[in-house]
Amino acid sequence: MIEENKFDCPVVIELAGVEKSFADQQVLAGVDLRVCEGTTTVIVGGSGQGKSVILKHMLGLVRPDAGQISIFGRDIAKASAGELKDVRRDFGVLFQNVALFDSMTIFDNVALPLRERTAFGSQQVKARVEELLQMMDLPGAGSKYPAQLSGGMQKRVGLARALALNPKIVFFDEPTTGLDVHKSNEMYRLFHHTQARVGYTAVIVSHDVPKIFKLSDHVALLANGVIQGQLTPEEFQRSENPLIREFVETTMGPIYSSEREESALQ
Amino acid sequence: MFFLFEKIGDYTLYYLEYAGRITNFLFQCLGRIITPPYRIFPVIQQINFIGARSVFVIFFTGGFTGMVLALQGYYTLRKFGSEGLLGSAVALSLLRELGPVMAALMVIGRAGSSITAEIGIMRNSEQIDALECMAVDPLRYLVVPKFIAMIISLPLLTAIFDVVGIFGGYLVGSLMLGVNGGTYFQGMYQSVDWNDIEMGLVKSLVFGLMIVWISTAKGYFLHSERSGGFGAEGVSRTTTSAVVLASVTVLVWDYLLSAIML
Repeated sequence: MIEENKFDCPVVIELAGVEKSFADQQVLAGVDLRVCEGTTTVIVGGSGQGKSVILKHMLGLVRPDAGQISIFGRDIAKASAGELKDVRRDFGVLFQNVALFDSMTIFDNVALPLRERTAFGSQQVKARVEELLQMMDLPGAGSKYPAQLSGGMQKRVGLARALALNPKIVFFDEPTTGLDVHKSNEMYRLFHHTQARVGYTAVIVSHDVPKIFKLSDHVALLANGVIQGQLTPEEFQRSENPLIREFVETTMGPIYSSEREESALQ
Repeated sequence: MFFLFEKIGDYTLYYLEYAGRITNFLFQCLGRIITPPYRIFPVIQQINFIGARSVFVIFFTGGFTGMVLALQGYYTLRKFGSEGLLGSAVALSLLRELGPVMAALMVIGRAGSSITAEIGIMRNSEQIDALECMAVDPLRYLVVPKFIAMIISLPLLTAIFDVVGIFGGYLVGSLMLGVNGGTYFQGMYQSVDWNDIEMGLVKSLVFGLMIVWISTAKGYFLHSERSGGFGAEGVSRTTTSAVVLASVTVLVWDYLLSAIML
């Protein structure tokens, strides 16, 4: 039982029937997903279900075996390298392992997209990088190397780099994995703050249920290779889809019972 | 029996695909060299790394190569009473063969290996994916400066190798073994013509292209290595195989170019 998507909004990302197999193993078996402009969509699911694979499809790093991936109305499943580069101009990405350039300083890491993609002079680059580092509570970290920073600080540098060019869509792959509660909260605060400021559309792959629900407009569960439902957090917690129910109960405990279950208990 | 056929087919398909991929990579890089935007600073940085920082090792190996050539040549030539030809023997061997080949092998060991390791680690830690997702062309950003720098540096390093080698030969032949210095240089002057220098230059250009192609492509496609390009071991294995492949390629092309140009 797969629940219908029912959004009435400008769609910026749309996946339709995306299938992908690696060797003999089918990871995605017809994924349908829509992301509305300016909203936050969280993809949840067990480990190894292929959440990061969905993200890599949206980024154009992996091509699907079948199906369409349209971003701003352009199908990137079959796009040429040049078209893909064009679409990616509006992307910001925070990778799971952050993927900072480890032989460059923090300053150079954040400056790289500005130097490569804009006509900024060195003063403008410096000003923008300092502004971003300030925004991420990292003043004075510019001269350090990624390996000299803690995991939480590296993630913040990754976010600064992702936001350097005011992207329209930002992808987060497990933004809080490996961080303690305080550091996770700090990441969420920065996320909330920057989204309010820049107004980007966010796609987040996360394990951090239920906390991530507070930030999301839509939650999508990936299980058995398909999206079992893309719902608002409230609807998600009350969903009758057995896989969603199971997911909610195992991650949050059976505290959000459905009305039907409650009446059965009485 | 079927297993054997399957294995052969599997290997053939893999290597055909790999060959296609790295050939495509080569043409994409060459295309980006000749199309704008041109960027000077990254190229200078790479020339510093590949070229300038190799000068010491080239100086050292060039000197000793020239010295041993003179030493061996002297005793061989003396049997025929033609020690006077020592200068031309040393110069021709260096200019045509040993200069380009030895300089190329030194650069493979010093710079080629580190290029593969650097790009391979960037591939493994998703740094190349990160570049792509920022709409920054990784070939233009990472690979093209190395291509240009290598093609400029290797002929220059070869020239240094040749000159130092010739003086190394003079040191041993003339100052130690007593061949007349004037005879040494006069013989060289008479026997070396532009074709010999041209042959060395063409060789070093071709070797430079081969080295930088192999070492960048091996790192760039680390993830699709048959032996598994994962982790630290994947990087070390791929770096080793890049060094071996580049060295063998240089020697094979050395023969081919000699056969064509002689």
